[in-house]
Amino acid sequence: MSGTYVGMPSFPDAAHRATRDKQLRANLTRATHTIRDKRARAVAELEDWEGLRQAGKAIKDETLAHLDDYLLQLEAKVTEAGGIVHWARDADEANRIVTELIRATGQTEVVKVKSMATQEIGLNEHLAAEGISAYETDLAELIVQLGDDLPSHILVPAIHKNRTEIRDIFNRAMGHWGRPAPEGLTDTPADLAEAARLHLREKFLRAKVAVSGANFMVAETGTLVVLESEGNGRMCLTLPETLISVVGIEKIVPTWRDLEVFLQLLPRSSTAERMNPYTTTWTGVRDGDGPKQFHLVLLDNGRTQTLADEVGRQALRCIRCSACLNVCPVYERAGGHAYGSAYPGPIGAILTPQLRGIATDLDRSLPYASSLCGACFEACPVAIDIPEVLVHLRAKVTEDAKEHGGHRLERTAMRAATYAMTHPAAYRTAEAAAVRARKLIPKKVPFGAGKAWTETRDLPELPPQTFRQWWKETHR
Amino acid sequence: MRIALFVTCVNDVAFPSTGIATVRLLERLGVEVAFPEAQTCCGQMQYNTGYPAEAAQPAAKFARDFAGYDAVVVPSGSCGAFIRDVHPKLVEGAVPPVYELTEYLLDVLGVEQVGAYFPHKVAYHPTCHSSRLLKVGDRPTRLLRAVEGLELVELPGAAECCGFGGTFSVKNPDVSAAMGADKVTHAVESGAEYLVAADNSCLMHIGGTARRSAAPLKTIHLAEILASTVEKVLA
Ligand code: SF4
Repeated sequence: MSGTYVGMPSFPDAAHRATRDKQLRANLTRATHTIRDKRARAVAELEDWEGLRQAGKAIKDETLAHLDDYLLQLEAKVTEAGGIVHWARDADEANRIVTELIRATGQTEVVKVKSMATQEIGLNEHLAAEGISAYETDLAELIVQLGDDLPSHILVPAIHKNRTEIRDIFNRAMGHWGRPAPEGLTDTPADLAEAARLHLREKFLRAKVAVSGANFMVAETGTLVVLESEGNGRMCLTLPETLISVVGIEKIVPTWRDLEVFLQLLPRSSTAERMNPYTTTWTGVRDGDGPKQFHLVLLDNGRTQTLADEVGRQALRCIRCSACLNVCPVYERAGGHAYGSAYPGPIGAILTPQLRGIATDLDRSLPYASSLCGACFEACPVAIDIPEVLVHLRAKVTEDAKEHGGHRLERTAMRAATYAMTHPAAYRTAEAAAVRARKLIPKKVPFGAGKAWTETRDLPELPPQTFRQWWKETHR
Repeated sequence: MRIALFVTCVNDVAFPSTGIATVRLLERLGVEVAFPEAQTCCGQMQYNTGYPAEAAQPAAKFARDFAGYDAVVVPSGSCGAFIRDVHPKLVEGAVPPVYELTEYLLDVLGVEQVGAYFPHKVAYHPTCHSSRLLKVGDRPTRLLRAVEGLELVELPGAAECCGFGGTFSVKNPDVSAAMGADKVTHAVESGAEYLVAADNSCLMHIGGTARRSAAPLKTIHLAEILASTVEKVLA
């Protein structure tokens, strides 16, 4: 698999293939269950997790309510500290800005810190087309990049690969990108990590330009924050001469104090750690220390439109911890690629159709990629009511379909059901007909919705009498 | 106290034994139950499929049909949660007070020992809407532990969704089926003869999956176990 996400099939089709891939399902189940259990333990250690969660939610809501003010404050502070702020309305604009900034340095290679925002805008592909090589330095991102694959998890982009698959990818591809894999590479984690270290070190020492995202931006000082586990991020953020950070406009927090809440919520929810191994913060530029040039590209790309939706805007609280993915039974079976965007799993199902709109089959199918079991809401450290947003977006999809003449059969069925349900006589007639026809309903229905149901499950046999009839016989 | 039963549309047509068991159980406990015959459905299917306007009509009708009762008892966690959480968003004015069956037994009647007898190995599946939306907690298992003859066994991965999810089972049949198959596997591993839950739609999906794969597992609604007595052993 290669290329970008656009034009992917709709969710049920992609899931149809994924659920049949035994290796994929086994990899995903093992990985998500392990991290799920670890996370539950890490969260249980804190006495007042729920209080912390509500605090995270409140800070984000307050920030979103005054986003314009905080963004202007941030811009002023970044500029004061010697950074340069750029505003990007959409992916194209952001990609263009970053390309021009890199061109201006005369470089054709950049190192990258794992970043969702640059995934979202397809920066690497864009840069490649412009003749600039972007090297991912996060281990899992490296695996995905070498494998000519797409990430399938926010935090563990190569979650769908096992160790042997990774070794094969290293052996096959490292040489094309730089230092080849060592001779006789085994599939033990230590060996694989060492191969990646050697390969990456060359890149760090050579790179003049780095591209990053940020987990948080502090408005009061214009500081950016990146949390990571491997130290590759710190290398990228400190060694190169030019640092370009592409960050979604919703990643802002008003003050340093607010970080206190998120630096507890994020690591426990994502990696089940009490603290992130590396927390790097940077404010503008400084003589003799770190990059000499710092550019901040503030990315909208559908965020203001999402902010305008009263129910849907809570998706912008997301801190990309991936806890919702790890507990999601649908993600576990369908895999990350089925969601067709940088954001898979429950958060992807509500964020992507809001950022991109619902013009494609895939984006329209995403709000339905959930059984509404609520495990994601329960796990989310900033209490995003994902099921609520899913149902809200479903209503948007059906509204949109009504305007464009789509979903006719479903709408008619819903109307008919509603009519029957609100007219007792019609209801009793429909009910009686269903019971009379009970012998006619086959266990396997060969077409339509019934086929989807009965391919793997039996339909229940309808009993000879409804409850209503029993009640009449016994209680009147 | 005037108590009304909301039997739910699925139970009415496909699982009348659940409604019958609920009435028998409540009457055995001395509760006089009314069944407002105009009742139909809560509108959850329309709402969750993306048709809120269509859902508002049955919601309003529900409020009318049950107006004047002190409590409405529902043998379904899913419908109970929907009425309590969503109806106030859809309908103006008062929504009747709704109790899921186990809530009514423990919180209102204050009984844990309902005098039931069910000599079988049983595993409890806490359906998502019962546990996460309605937050019934350990009420069902407390009731089950008090049933004479019943052996309650641990269900691996109990908190995981069975994959029914209303129209999800039709719109995403492959994922739904994969989830259902895993639930059946876990239930069989538990060694239970019966998988019990308080939502028949989930049980229909799990039971249908078990039957198709000829798995040694029966499904049963909690009300039916609680209605079973030494004199009249159900199932
Ligand atoms: S939606 Fe919540 S749980 Fe999911 S990634 Fe975002 S913050 Fe984490």
